[in-house]
Amino acid sequence: MELELSSDQKIFQASARRLLEKEYPLDRIRGMADGELRWSRDWWQKGAELGWTATIVPEELGGGSVSGEGVRDLSLLAEELGAGVAPGPLLPVNVVLAGLVEAQGGGPDHSAEIESLVAGESIASWAVYEPGVVWSPLEPRLTATPADGGFVLRGAKDRVEDAEQADLLLVTAMTPDGVAQFLVPTSAEGVSVSPQWSLDLSRSFGEVRFDDVRVGADALVGAPGAVEVIERQLQIAVVIQCSELCAALDRAFALTVQWAFDRYSFGRPLASYQALKHRFADMRTWLEACHATTQAAAEAVQNRSADAAELVSVAKSYVGERSLPMLQDCVQLHGGIGVTWEHDLHLYLRRVTLDQALYGTPEDHFLRLADLASL
Amino acid sequence: MTAIESVESFRSRARAWLAGNMPRLADAAPPSTEGDEDEQRWRRARELQKKLYAGGFAGICFPEEYGGLGLTPAHQQVFNEESDGYELPVVLNIPSFSICAATLLDMGSEEQKRERIGAAIRGEEVMCQLLSEPSGGSDLAGVITRAERDGDNWILNGAKCWSSSAYAADWGLCLARSNWDVPKHQGLTMFLVPTKAPGVKMNRVRMSDGSAEFCEEFFDDVVLPASAVVGEVDDGWSVASRQLFHERNSMGGGSPYISGGRYAPATRQMTPLDIARATDRAGDPRVREMIGRFLAMEKVSEQTVGRVSRAMATGALPPTAASILRLLHAESNEMAADIAVKIAGSGAATGAGADQGIGGQAGLRFLVRQGGSLGGGSTEMARNVISERVLGMPRELALDRDVPFKQVKRGR
Ligand SMILES: Cc1cc2nc3c(=O)[nH]c(=O)nc-3n(C[C@H](O)[C@H](O)[C@H](O)COP(=O)(O)OP(=O)(O)OC[C@H]3O[C@@H](n4cnc5c(N)ncnc54)[C@H](O)[C@@H]3O)c2cc1C
Repeated sequence: MELELSSDQKIFQASARRLLEKEYPLDRIRGMADGELRWSRDWWQKGAELGWTATIVPEELGGGSVSGEGVRDLSLLAEELGAGVAPGPLLPVNVVLAGLVEAQGGGPDHSAEIESLVAGESIASWAVYEPGVVWSPLEPRLTATPADGGFVLRGAKDRVEDAEQADLLLVTAMTPDGVAQFLVPTSAEGVSVSPQWSLDLSRSFGEVRFDDVRVGADALVGAPGAVEVIERQLQIAVVIQCSELCAALDRAFALTVQWAFDRYSFGRPLASYQALKHRFADMRTWLEACHATTQAAAEAVQNRSADAAELVSVAKSYVGERSLPMLQDCVQLHGGIGVTWEHDLHLYLRRVTLDQALYGTPEDHFLRLADLASL
Repeated sequence: MTAIESVESFRSRARAWLAGNMPRLADAAPPSTEGDEDEQRWRRARELQKKLYAGGFAGICFPEEYGGLGLTPAHQQVFNEESDGYELPVVLNIPSFSICAATLLDMGSEEQKRERIGAAIRGEEVMCQLLSEPSGGSDLAGVITRAERDGDNWILNGAKCWSSSAYAADWGLCLARSNWDVPKHQGLTMFLVPTKAPGVKMNRVRMSDGSAEFCEEFFDDVVLPASAVVGEVDDGWSVASRQLFHERNSMGGGSPYISGGRYAPATRQMTPLDIARATDRAGDPRVREMIGRFLAMEKVSEQTVGRVSRAMATGALPPTAASILRLLHAESNEMAADIAVKIAGSGAATGAGADQGIGGQAGLRFLVRQGGSLGGGSTEMARNVISERVLGMPRELALDRDVPFKQVKRGR
């Protein structure tokens, strides 16, 4: 959570919270089943009206943020969604928007797609992971071969968020001139989407095959070799993830503290046992650290600071790594009820397990930090 | 009131002055072989502090009337940034400036503030903390060093221990029991004790890594004037509480009275990165992952200091939240020591030939790893404070509450 929010930010936050609470209380999330659409387009459009797709898009492209610091507003929003273990394409749509905005002027014009994403009329997702391969966004095996003034895409992607509901995919591919990205409609011939299992009840993923998919040169986003666009996408993805993680940890921790006050054993509340108090003290400390590093990363990405890449990896590795033992300890401190379906804790545990794993695991980001330190 | 200098103007003045006046760490002369190495280090620190004072860059956040510059933590921050790479008297930071002088500033008499803080800023005097005793340090309010009135004077008897760098200090803040008939917190008085006063016997205590930063002191009928009392008689706990706050804040990295970094350059140089480079292991992915973990933790500690300090300043978090910083600092310190030993591998145990080498240094540092989790109040006490004062959980059972101190059970 931000230490100080402006009144506009508070309104932005409250409006998001209301929309979520109304449509997606935790009991509804718990009831979500495989094969069911996790969110509706109507709902997403309401979110878009509240500014969920606009924060990091400049005004001339139809966007705008309440505070003038779009990345921080986006982080605030991600906290709300994390706290509610919410469904919806906040991450995929904003990550694609980050890439499209970043690449504007450096390649074919995509302002029409940007505007329709900001309006909530279309949905896009980043197709970056490939089956069986760890996080390595700059080394795609999916190829884009120049042909007839356009390109032919061949290969497969997976872990594509909301692939089944997406209209557009931002596909990271290898061209003879280096890594490049293409905006490809899911309706294009040769694109086939199949559902993928998800640990998180309110998130859905898909595998996408590209069998000789022909796209025009105007599908290119930026120019081949423009790795800074991919870096920007990663940075936005990580800020969203870490903000979600922080909020999920906040909720799980608050639930557990309250439980420790209310639950008695041997005639005393759990909160009176030093062995347990010390674990709470550790978690309280780690929570503060998680927020501090997430905020610092959001600020660096907002300001495009020279150390943004480093601070993003610091945040992702630290928050990601801490989140799992913290949530598991919340489960442990709850006792048996903590491992039941009826309790909300597993909803958070599912979300943090997912968020820490995608867009680079904590270990991937540790390695990136060593690279960035020119070791 | 005159408007204070802008932070940026202060920064450029500091940059120019440092370049013209302070030695660069890179060209620091090797310690001379004459005399005791620790004594040389402290003599050098006093010289450097005198230079800072003469140049108008000493005591940045202390008020002008006590010899400081009366500037803000933001000014101190830019000075720290600018002074990176220069040789500074960092050994004076903890405890002399950031704990002792800071406590005097909050709780001392006008005379104590003017004289002691002023002399410290001018590089003439150093202060230390005389709190822990052989019978216990965590239960600070349980000290048994005795202070008895003798006319206008006080007579001090007892023993203190684990006092960091007391051998280099001129004055110590000493907590003693002035009343045994009341519960423990109510019968304490804080004194400013000259370390060279008649009746004070001081020994250096050897630590497990072979160094001797610690001291123990024995007080045998030490006579102190009434003006040695800090705060009120029998209200030493209020003074000690402020002192503990400043200590946690210093250990956690949140003190504005620390100038030029918390650590001596020797400790700063030997990071896990240095060890990886020196041992030719920088290419090993296992080592790289550990380095990344170390770098992340260092950065997160720094970021958390900023966040928690801001929150304490605005009241969003209570002052006891300084324990959060204390705990996190201990954790990052432990992690750094662990990673250093892992990267050094067998070098931590067998050094480099007949020398300790960089690996042996990591090994030696590992021996005193827990020092950072004990000194400045143990991490267990920090966890008690966080759970009880920040989270509001029930206090630990204490059998000495509301009991006259003379009836409280003590260990053997
Ligand atoms: C590097 C270093 C520098 C120091 N510098 C100074 C100095 O300058 N001046 C000074 O006065 N002292 C100094 N000390 C002493 C330090 O403050 C004490 O070591 C510390 O407060 C612990 O006290 P103790 O050693 O007596 O251990 P004890 O208080 O006997 O504690 C022993 C163990 O029991 C735990 N414990 C005790 N009580 C509780 C409780 N209620 N709940 C849970 N756990 C508990 C402690 O955390 C510790 O692990 C320094 C110590 C170190 C290591």
